[in-house]
Amino acid sequence: MRERLETRDTVGQPEAAEAGAPPGKDAPEGPPPRAAAPPRRVTWQKLTILPAFLLALLLATWLWFRGADLDSIARNSIADGNVWLRLRQHVVLTVVSTFFVLVIAIPLGILLTRRRLRPAAPAVIAVANVGQATPAIGLLALLVIWLGIGMQAALVGMVVYAVLPVLANTIAGLRAIDPTLVEAARGIGMSALGVLRRVELPLAVPLILAGVRTALVLNVGTATLAYFGGGGGLGDLIASGITNQRMPVLVLGSVLTVALALLVDWMASLAELLLRPRGLGAS
Amino acid sequence: MAESAQRPPEDRARTSGATIHLENLTKRYPGNPAPAVDCVTMDIKAGELVVFVGPSGCGKTTTMKMINRLIEPTSGRIRIDGEDVTGIDPVRLRRKIGYAIQASGLFPHMTVAQNISLVPRMTGWSKRRIAERVEEMLDLVGLDPGEFHGRYPRQLSGGQQQRVGVARALAADPPVLLMDEPFGAVDPITRDHLQDELIRLQHELHKTIVFVTHDFDEAIKLGDRIAVLRERSHIAQFDTPEAILTNPADDFVSGFVGAGAALKRLNLTRVRDVGVVDFPTATIDDPLQTIFDRLRAGTTNEVLLLDRHHRPYKWLRRGDLMRAKGSLVRAGTLVHDTVTRDATLRDALEAVLIDNAGRVPVTGRRGRYEGVVDMETLMNSVHELLEEDRLDAVEHQHLLEEQRAQQVLEEQEGTTDAPEELA
Repeated sequence: MRERLETRDTVGQPEAAEAGAPPGKDAPEGPPPRAAAPPRRVTWQKLTILPAFLLALLLATWLWFRGADLDSIARNSIADGNVWLRLRQHVVLTVVSTFFVLVIAIPLGILLTRRRLRPAAPAVIAVANVGQATPAIGLLALLVIWLGIGMQAALVGMVVYAVLPVLANTIAGLRAIDPTLVEAARGIGMSALGVLRRVELPLAVPLILAGVRTALVLNVGTATLAYFGGGGGLGDLIASGITNQRMPVLVLGSVLTVALALLVDWMASLAELLLRPRGLGAS
Repeated sequence: MAESAQRPPEDRARTSGATIHLENLTKRYPGNPAPAVDCVTMDIKAGELVVFVGPSGCGKTTTMKMINRLIEPTSGRIRIDGEDVTGIDPVRLRRKIGYAIQASGLFPHMTVAQNISLVPRMTGWSKRRIAERVEEMLDLVGLDPGEFHGRYPRQLSGGQQQRVGVARALAADPPVLLMDEPFGAVDPITRDHLQDELIRLQHELHKTIVFVTHDFDEAIKLGDRIAVLRERSHIAQFDTPEAILTNPADDFVSGFVGAGAALKRLNLTRVRDVGVVDFPTATIDDPLQTIFDRLRAGTTNEVLLLDRHHRPYKWLRRGDLMRAKGSLVRAGTLVHDTVTRDATLRDALEAVLIDNAGRVPVTGRRGRYEGVVDMETLMNSVHELLEEDRLDAVEHQHLLEEQRAQQVLEEQEGTTDAPEELA
């Protein structure tokens, strides 16, 4: 795929053709490098392979689980739709925490790349670094002491934990933009907000999305710890499997977590491909 | 002189550019005692293409960017069409000033059409008018609208990108155009072509263009007037290319002009401006006897044979026909080079030097023969030109000195203070 694209770029339009061309619209400005149909970025392999694998995994787990020998304790752990409840909680934890991460990190990243606040960026990054460097479970314990047991503490912990990748990528994405482009945008009369909206953010989208993807996957993982703060989630299944020494329950919780993480990562990768501005080079 | 010949007077009348006045424009950066641009005062006429040229780091780009206030001047005033724009909203100001930069500055995530339509969209044009304008602009810069409309900048060559960059700068029809080394990043052949295109555009549009470059040859080729800048944007000389070439103000300017000023001067004059001499001709349809007669009667021992469409075909010497036994097909030497009346004297000189007899036919429409330029005519006209330039320059200098003396006198009397206070 990549090779094909590159040949198109280099073979496409030799400069020499330009030189001899008389002015006028019939000027043959180099051989036309194919009609500008951007290549399809979402291939069918991309669309099908991972979901198929996940389906197979879940099916296998279900079959194994049905055949497994469950005693009353194990049965109890999964009774009354407990599995569904935990799965739902887990998804809610992930979605809500990611939402807050985006709401906090992206605007913060934008602010920290504005000229006036630029000097503050290293300090803020350092703080965010502390958030991520702290062991999540320790952070959660501290937050539970402060906020009490429940989903709230878990959410705050997850947000603190996942802010860094999005923040760092937003800043990196905005900084990576060629300053002459920003100057060109200002030079043709865009307002500061216009430059941000029409030029800077679209160009930073690939990196920002990469950060969001990292944060999402991190959050699915961290959400298993929410159980220790009474926040629910699939961690509940895993923990009860361990404490009661019931293998099937433990495996069920783990497989569901892994499957969820992979699914979320897959969806995020699709979003990356679809939301990436056209014209930025397909990769 | 060359300029006036190319530009018909009625065209010059409908100037669409605006005047630009820079008054004591200064830029200081904090922490640096010496200003980056020191007190530049300059008048740029409407419809004029002024080139800022100077060594890198001399502040020419800074000076230009102060005109659209991408860099805010520390002090001084900018007037465009008489209006003081030093204090107005910079965003509003910039929408009236086209801006084209090196390596085009196109936004990679927008198509060619989206890039070009940016300024019209921001200024609130209707959709239909914008669409029409995009087609018009692509046409103007020599790109086929149908083909290039939907492309992304990545899919264009450097020269094409640069064209789109110029189209974008001109899209909202601004009276003033700033160009910051726009052709600096393309190969020499493409650059030459783009420069020709810019000259053509300017003949059509008559914008006021400020063009920054460090290439003096580019400056000579494009500029109506050239401002040679030295460090801190001090104007070493601000004059027509002819005057700078023939009479550089000081050592700095002559150093910048470089060697071969007389040769460069040849670039500024066209064949049409020098005498084209007549040459005995015959066409291949003429009977051989007439050609013989002409060869015998003519003052030269040579005729220029033209083909059926009156295009120069062969040089025929007296002995040639004998040797070829009367066959026109075999006799004589083929004409391998011709120049048009629009060619520069430099091109003509090149052709003359290559020709073993030192002359080259001049052709008009469809290659029809119009006359011949030879070494002698060229030498004479160049001598005349240089002499004329020298006289012009001396006179010009007198005038400048007188003006300066007058100004000093007025300042001493305090008469010039009043209008400044009013402003």
